[in-house]
Amino acid sequence: MAGHATQQIDNTDLWGGKISPFSTSYGKLMMWFFLVSDALTFGGLLIAYGYTRHDAQDAWPIGEETFNSMPFLGHGFPLLYVALMTFILIVSSVTMVLAVEAGHRMDKRGVVKWMIATIIGGFFFVGSQAWEWYHFIHGSEFGKIELADGSQAIVKGHFGEIENFKVTIAGKHHKKGDVITEDLMHQYQHAVVAGDIENGVITLHDGSKATINKKADTHFEMIIKKDGKKNKVGDKLEGDKACKQYYEVINSGVANKVIYGANLKQNEYGPQQYAQFFFFITGFHGFHVFSGVVINIIICLGAVAGTYHKRGHYEMVEKTGLYWHFVDLVWVFVFTFFYLV
Amino acid sequence: MERDDIIEYSLDAHHSEEAGKAIRKKILNVTILLTLITVIEVVVGAKWGRASTSGVTWQMIKYGYIVLTLIKAAYIVLVFMHLGDERKSLKYVILVPYILFILYLIFIALMEALAVGHAWSTYGS
Repeated sequence: MAGHATQQIDNTDLWGGKISPFSTSYGKLMMWFFLVSDALTFGGLLIAYGYTRHDAQDAWPIGEETFNSMPFLGHGFPLLYVALMTFILIVSSVTMVLAVEAGHRMDKRGVVKWMIATIIGGFFFVGSQAWEWYHFIHGSEFGKIELADGSQAIVKGHFGEIENFKVTIAGKHHKKGDVITEDLMHQYQHAVVAGDIENGVITLHDGSKATINKKADTHFEMIIKKDGKKNKVGDKLEGDKACKQYYEVINSGVANKVIYGANLKQNEYGPQQYAQFFFFITGFHGFHVFSGVVINIIICLGAVAGTYHKRGHYEMVEKTGLYWHFVDLVWVFVFTFFYLV
Repeated sequence: MERDDIIEYSLDAHHSEEAGKAIRKKILNVTILLTLITVIEVVVGAKWGRASTSGVTWQMIKYGYIVLTLIKAAYIVLVFMHLGDERKSLKYVILVPYILFILYLIFIALMEALAVGHAWSTYGS
């Protein structure tokens, strides 16, 4: 470009020197080469994920079971939130392509308008991913449980709300007869993991003991994820009998029978590598989105300042656009292999 | 300092208002297509996902997903990233090495994984 109009090059002159045989500028070509190498990185990561998944012995987590929450609405919305995230990213890709198109018409206002829309979409996506991570790390209210026969199960259903703890034996902070109504879920899950619940009596941090007042669970269902002596992978246990089995373990006072959420040491959803790959791949992608937003902001400021207008072309917008579309492209694959398949 | 010994070229660097209209229409169509594919994927995932189907049905759905993903990817690369409008030489320099390498890597990694998985499951028996 640089002041020259687009020229039609004769095929015989293409590789003769002084011109780009690809008919594109140096910067754009290098952006493409960078994207190819970055695509190899993501390809390598996803294939490593596929490798682990193919040689895993335990049941691999199922997307629509693992990701079924919506902000403000709770559980029971399989894949809806991640679909929304995907849609947001596709739309921000579209606004980016519109910014590039406006640049080709030297329409400065159009470029700035669509770049701002793209930046907002990018922020929405990064925010959504933070929420998704928060939920993934926190886990479900039931957690994954190890049953008496050694099998492991995840639980679907509606967790009956904990109303309060009523102190029966005083500890350092609580007196007998105190009714505790704050931070119940956190204390409850902590006690479950530590094995501090026996026959409906919870031992709190300060050593006091309290009875748990909790509403009944509804739509209770356990899905077996690891073989035991009796239950096999894929078995579904429903109703009161299953519920009784679950609470026998909770009330047994044995530690480490239940896992809530996921981190790098344990996860409730399935084989441990699943959480590692989830954090690494979606994290690496999220980092790309974040840098994309930062680059978009810089280029948008450049457009506002009129730098590209004076230069006579908006190729910088086009190059950033390439990077931004690439981020969208990677997400299409992450979406398929982590959530759908 | 402006160099005049190197001429840089950019395909379609500028276009008219008229051409812009056609391009925007194409962008709109691709947007609708991509959204539609995503909606189909999610509806199928929620209703006939891995939790509720198995065997041949699930295999077909799985490969269906991969085909839909590749269609989406193709539209993003060829239309949004304008690779479809670039010169043939550039198109192939970008696509051919990548696709060849990745196909080979998928083949060898997954074959190996299946063999390792098989070895683990039969270990000691």
